[in-house]
Amino acid sequence: MSEKHKAWRNDAYAKVTGRAQYAGDLRFHGMLHAVPVYTDFVHARIRRIDAAAALRSPGVVRVITARDVPGSVTFGQILRDYRMLADDKVRFNGDVAAVVVAETRERAIAVIPLVKIEAEELPPLLDPDEAMKPGAPLVHEGHGSNVVNHHKVRRGDAAAALRACDHVIEQEFRTQLIEHAYLETETAVAVPRPDGVTEIYASTQHPFSTRRFVAALLGVPLADVEVRTVPIGGGFGGKDDTVSVVAARAALAAKLTGRPVRIAYDREWSMRESYKRHPYRIRYRMGFSSSGRIEACEVRVVADAGAYCSVTPWVTWRSTVQCCGPYDVPNVHCDVYGVYTNNVVTGAMRGFGSPQINFAVEQLVEMAAERCGMSATEFRKRNMVRQGSVTITGQKLDTHTVSLEQALDSTLRGIGYHGKHAKCSFGKSGSDELYGIGYAISYRGMSLGAEGMDFNSAVINVQFDGSILLEAAVHENGQGAESAMVLICAEQLGVDKQRIRYRMPSTANIPDGGTTVASRGTIMGGGAVANAARALKARLAELLAAKLECPPDRVRFSNDRILGADDVHALTWPEAMQQLFLAQEYPYSFGTFKAPQVSWDEHTGQGKAYFTWVYGCQAVELTVNKRTGRVKLLGMSATHEVGKAVNHAMVLGQFYGGMAMGTGYALFEEIHNDGGLVRNANFNHYRIPRATDLPEMTGIIIENPDPNSPTGAKGVGEPTNELMAPAIANAIYNATGVRHFSLPIRVRPLTGEERA
Amino acid sequence: MIAYINGRKRVLAEDDLGKNLLSFLRDELGLTGAKNGCGIGACGACTVLVNNRPVRSCRKAVADIVDANVLTIEGLAREDGSLHPLQQAFADAGAIQCGFCTPGMVLTAHALLLANHEPTRAEIRRAISGNLCRCTGYQQIIDAIESAAKFYR
Ligand code: FES
Ligand code: FES
Repeated sequence: MSEKHKAWRNDAYAKVTGRAQYAGDLRFHGMLHAVPVYTDFVHARIRRIDAAAALRSPGVVRVITARDVPGSVTFGQILRDYRMLADDKVRFNGDVAAVVVAETRERAIAVIPLVKIEAEELPPLLDPDEAMKPGAPLVHEGHGSNVVNHHKVRRGDAAAALRACDHVIEQEFRTQLIEHAYLETETAVAVPRPDGVTEIYASTQHPFSTRRFVAALLGVPLADVEVRTVPIGGGFGGKDDTVSVVAARAALAAKLTGRPVRIAYDREWSMRESYKRHPYRIRYRMGFSSSGRIEACEVRVVADAGAYCSVTPWVTWRSTVQCCGPYDVPNVHCDVYGVYTNNVVTGAMRGFGSPQINFAVEQLVEMAAERCGMSATEFRKRNMVRQGSVTITGQKLDTHTVSLEQALDSTLRGIGYHGKHAKCSFGKSGSDELYGIGYAISYRGMSLGAEGMDFNSAVINVQFDGSILLEAAVHENGQGAESAMVLICAEQLGVDKQRIRYRMPSTANIPDGGTTVASRGTIMGGGAVANAARALKARLAELLAAKLECPPDRVRFSNDRILGADDVHALTWPEAMQQLFLAQEYPYSFGTFKAPQVSWDEHTGQGKAYFTWVYGCQAVELTVNKRTGRVKLLGMSATHEVGKAVNHAMVLGQFYGGMAMGTGYALFEEIHNDGGLVRNANFNHYRIPRATDLPEMTGIIIENPDPNSPTGAKGVGEPTNELMAPAIANAIYNATGVRHFSLPIRVRPLTGEERA
Repeated sequence: MIAYINGRKRVLAEDDLGKNLLSFLRDELGLTGAKNGCGIGACGACTVLVNNRPVRSCRKAVADIVDANVLTIEGLAREDGSLHPLQQAFADAGAIQCGFCTPGMVLTAHALLLANHEPTRAEIRRAISGNLCRCTGYQQIIDAIESAAKFYR
């Protein structure tokens, strides 16, 4: 393996030796264990919770309900509707009515049945379309409606254009409820500190959000809660609200008992209670000319938000902005609704509103191409965004390299699409196996865009021996964020990466940098690190210029040395730091990066939605067995624009992991929601892809350093997880001649007659 | 009664025999490398080797390791702390992301390579098919195992 392509991670040793300490591995003296008590209901008004029998049981220390909450029992990232402990109503089957705290976890679990919950059952609202209707019973009476949010895009005159164009395709698509399936369940430990601060160790990907939830439930200022970073066993957007609520309950238990408390979720609890990816019902009317030009799109999306808002308005906003895929469409009328129901909560999941949309759009364009008698590639190329194109929200793509066509060409070349496409079966084959190849493309707005506050910070604290402490407000979710920060810092300062220790930041020593989602870790955190490094270099240059006998602007940083104008005047990095010590100056720097200005008009759905974009294409080859409908994947390939690859192997790791997760979305995964109950709450019945389900994968990285990013790098986590479902759907169509409009795709075996 | 855990002899108490093996390793021996991802034998995160065979410790009792050799991830690196070549291969290939599946995955791969010094990629896929990984898509895990095979020959 070449050095460039060798992976490097600062946490590899700890993880591969089993020494890494996740939240559930930590032990504290006198630690108690707490467990959630669920109810049998989906929607009900709570009358009484009787914990007397449970409290009398040996080993039980306390049973906590909403009545014990000193602060606010409700909180939320956008709307403060989330009941951290159910008080008035049960709004979904994952609501927690009480928490049992005991000396051991086994004891706590044993007494769960002794907590009696009396409630009056209410009819559950399970269908978002029904829930939207006027007069429907309300999930949250205070909200006044079950509609959480309504986003729009209004561009041109879609109705008139649809009437006038040569062809219109009208199609409905449905996507399913899926689970993040991070291997580590929600786990939190709360430790009451002598100074009154509650310390939290939790499997959270957003320590600042966790801190807000905890502080709200306890009714204390943010400074009285310190969320410490620990390794987490996967996030994918899913380690925010739910684990924050779990941490808040642990904190309350710790506060009330004065002892450390751990809550470690069983997989069944995790899958019952944790938020999931929104199921969408999507209706499209796409109008286009016979010459293959898309004229108009009418889009209506209803997203099931479940019982609490979580980040539904943000997820559905991305769907709105990207509702026509990466195409230049002059007339758009789009309405996207997030709707409360009594189903399990939905929220952030890798892709964040784009996988659903892409599943629809990337099939629609192929259907349209076929109608025009044109190849799908030609049709896409006639309509795709290019350098200087204007998006459907009126944003001109001219501040970065628009590499969509490059991504498409490179993927198709890599997998040999054109030759192989001619061999597709289209339902006809001499053998039982039908062959198909297919692909999909997308663009994606980077980071949060106009949906949220987007800034980040980093601290570089060089010690006088030359070693470096680095921290940034990004979180290691497993993707290699820490390693990326270290590599960016090393490159900027021209030092050996081994000098740098990433100081796992706590919420008490780095300013709130928001969440490590939206593929924003590298671009935002890396931007802050780069800016901190630049400030530090400027300061060092000034302080060392005299010693190096050159003006400050000629001082160079490279190969672990600081050099003057020539190579004669040079200090090793440790020598330079020693000079600073003698001069009584701190080699310390704080850097920030604020996302460039974005804008959004909620009424017209127009604005500069994101400050930069990335582009990608994924392709897949497969066979479908005529008799069984079984899909066998033969190979997958992806190309993604990343701006600049900071850690080559880790970037490819994101590709492969994203393609695999996208495969699960396409073919296997679905939460069985039975009247509001999650029926398949463990891995025996919820099937995520195994090694034997997946084919060999290849990845091609495109690097066009982005001028909007201080490091040139953009993000890669999510774009890789938004394309495989439509690529597989297109390949299955090319194999069988049958389109699939809902997920997961279940291919119907062909009848004897059809097989003939 | 005894068992050999990571090469060290350990006396098992009568009381321990009925205990769940994963909890025993984690809570009583402090060997927290084995993880609980499902608790029902469906994910492989709790894998340890018993007499060089991968075993889901969440589905076993301490009684199942009487007189056996148990290898947990903590016992794979060298005495001086340096990595076993298989572990090094995982690090170099980018096979580690969140790391939660890693201990079980490495041990399953170790058992495979002890028995088969030249597995094909398809054989590797089959061997690790009971170990779920949500992060990597397995591609670089398979690369790692393939590249480490030579150290077992
Ligand atoms: S925890 Fe044992 S197989 Fe999942
Ligand atoms: S590395 Fe995260 S589950 Fe495998």
